[in-house]
Amino acid sequence: MTLADWLAGLIFVALNAYAVLGGADFGGGVWDLFAFGPRRERQRELIAEAIGPVWEANHVWLILAIVLLFTCFPPAFARLGTLLHIPLSLVLIGIVLRGSAFTFWRYGADEEQRHWGVVFAIASLITPLLLGTTAGAIAGALGQGGAATGDGFYTIYVAPWLDPFPLAVGLFALIAFAFLAAVYLTLEARESELREDFRRRALASGVGLFAAAVVALLLSLSGAPRVRDGLIFATWALPLHLLTAAAAITALWALWVRRWRVARVAAVTQVSLILWGWALSQYPYILPPDLSIASAAAPAATLRLVLGALALGAVVLLPSVYYLLRVFKSSVSVT
Amino acid sequence: MPDLLAARSQMAVSLAFHIVFAVIGIAMPLMMVLAERRWQVTGHAIYLDLAKRWAKGTAILFAVGAVSGTVLSFELGLLWPRFMEFAGPIIGMPFSLEGFAFFTEAIFLGIYLYGWDRISPRAHLWAGVAVAASGVASGIFVVIANAWMNAPAGFELVNGQAVNVDPIAAMANAAAVSQTLHMTLAAYAATGFAVAGIHAFLLLRDPANAFHRRALEIALIVGAPAAVLQPISGDISARHIAAQQPVKLAAAEAVFRTQAGAPLTLGGWPDVAARENRFAVEIPYALSLLAFHDPHAVVQGLDQVPESEWPNVPAVHLAFQVMVALGTYLALVALWAAWLSWRRADLAHNRWLMRAIVLATPMGFIAVEAGWMVTELGRQPWVIYGVLKTRDAITPMPGLVVPFVTFTLLYCFLGVIVVWLLYRHIIRSPAVPEWRGFYMSGGES
Repeated sequence: MTLADWLAGLIFVALNAYAVLGGADFGGGVWDLFAFGPRRERQRELIAEAIGPVWEANHVWLILAIVLLFTCFPPAFARLGTLLHIPLSLVLIGIVLRGSAFTFWRYGADEEQRHWGVVFAIASLITPLLLGTTAGAIAGALGQGGAATGDGFYTIYVAPWLDPFPLAVGLFALIAFAFLAAVYLTLEARESELREDFRRRALASGVGLFAAAVVALLLSLSGAPRVRDGLIFATWALPLHLLTAAAAITALWALWVRRWRVARVAAVTQVSLILWGWALSQYPYILPPDLSIASAAAPAATLRLVLGALALGAVVLLPSVYYLLRVFKSSVSVT
Repeated sequence: MPDLLAARSQMAVSLAFHIVFAVIGIAMPLMMVLAERRWQVTGHAIYLDLAKRWAKGTAILFAVGAVSGTVLSFELGLLWPRFMEFAGPIIGMPFSLEGFAFFTEAIFLGIYLYGWDRISPRAHLWAGVAVAASGVASGIFVVIANAWMNAPAGFELVNGQAVNVDPIAAMANAAAVSQTLHMTLAAYAATGFAVAGIHAFLLLRDPANAFHRRALEIALIVGAPAAVLQPISGDISARHIAAQQPVKLAAAEAVFRTQAGAPLTLGGWPDVAARENRFAVEIPYALSLLAFHDPHAVVQGLDQVPESEWPNVPAVHLAFQVMVALGTYLALVALWAAWLSWRRADLAHNRWLMRAIVLATPMGFIAVEAGWMVTELGRQPWVIYGVLKTRDAITPMPGLVVPFVTFTLLYCFLGVIVVWLLYRHIIRSPAVPEWRGFYMSGGES
């Protein structure tokens, strides 16, 4: 592996962390939106308590991935910003509204609390959809037609993402985040009734995730040939599929028999494996069809320094993240 | 609206919005930590209330700052992909470091806000210190990247391509020290005086209120020294600009022709067509003296470069005058307050000082915005000074007026909400009756 490969891998690690940590914060918002039943308000309270201390730190994984992308692979960042201007701008609006509305809700006055909660919940639903759609566009048809000079606005700036395959990936991301959130919340809940509420939600979204994966895979047949070829014909494809399936089944089984911690590990493994399947199917391209990791990489001097900075940063970051999670996520009782 | 203007306007709105939150995110945690420390030392609940109140303010403002900062990191690519393609490898390094500083800030702010009952008082105070320190570090890293746009370094230009890239040399660019110093002091001065102004306003009605007296004290401890030091740092910046970015200084001072023994112009309205600064008051030799510490030094005028490479002279000149005037006012008020406390006077009962501080409430922030207008507008038409023009950096996507209007409306909406929330929750006398009458003199607390 080259230096550039390592950095591309580390950027993907940051994205992976964002998906399983920050993604779950969005998923929490989705469950806030769909809170129902006699314990509706307690569900919302639990979600807000779980998200409150950690969402900003979880959000930084995305910023880290972005700054590493523009430092280490600037042409890829430039092309993403150009061709995916519209969905990325919409993602940003979603991020701004989700974060501010959550804070306004938690620190706001009593009478208007609920409608900030609603803004937070709706933004939590829409942002993952768009984020997943953006990822789907990268894996799918982005730049495939090429930005030929004769192409119109729609062909260049809209068609790559407003397409069945990217939208299916958006739906998949949304369900995956909701699934993760429900699994985590079974561990956050202190009362067994609430835990059961989220167990049912986790099981339902886990099944929904399987359906969404099937839809996305079917649509990839025509919408994302590279992903399709990677996921079917590569030598690593079968073991990866088996591992992912094992993780998925373990997660559902563990939820069924109420082994909460096992379910959490399995769910994180499942979602991570799916992400790495995408990364592997796209390798060695950072932005298909022509921008490879090697051709988009910044000069070696930059890459070496960034790698050093990442090592140094990890020394500060990892103990801090551990401390944060220990303070807020370890006192929860588990049966 | 032309795309270039729309993209520049969107960037300007995003930065102008974000900088307010970034500045408060640098200084407010320090105030919060000072209050908590005093609570731990004195045991007086007023300080705990203050620390919690400022923590609440920090929570709201940091969240909006975090999301608006995310918008900016994406906008670099959404609006200026050609700039980022060129600059990313050279100046991405401080952004990566800023990522880590921001991480630390977010983690320890979460611990601070939600950890009052979960960790020891000592650990809690240190979490606050970590927030304050990483806030300063984030600001410094981002300003280093901006300084590089003004004083590009760390690469060689061969046929339009950057070669021999050296990110460390890029970070150690000539403008880095003066800009980061100026910005960090500005953050403390602006936030300190804004908070002091609010409490001074409430003290005018109720001068014996112990809560507002303590709040004013801490706000001034943070704001006043920075305001006094700021003119010195401004002098360092001006001398750097005189040497490295003469066009910016010429625009800021509306110096149309190169001259020895240049006068300092106060006010006035630059008439670009006539090449003169109308209605200005001139102090002979003062500009040469300030910029080069020599009354007869030659100050380069705008005539050194073709007019197509001039920034918008009236805007830069006006912004510069506003920044200097407001900064001077803050420094004078800070000195006045310092002198009075040295004489052991009761600041809160000095109505004229309180009025002066109330007047200062928005000034630091207006000065910060004006200062950024000087440095950003003054660099135009370049995005990387002397290397890449702003118009060559823009995205090819048409219709940029749409995102500009959308984000402007979004930010206006958020701005109104934030001000209203702060008004409702932070800026209000605590409902503890004994604190109102409880007169704590300077010595006993």
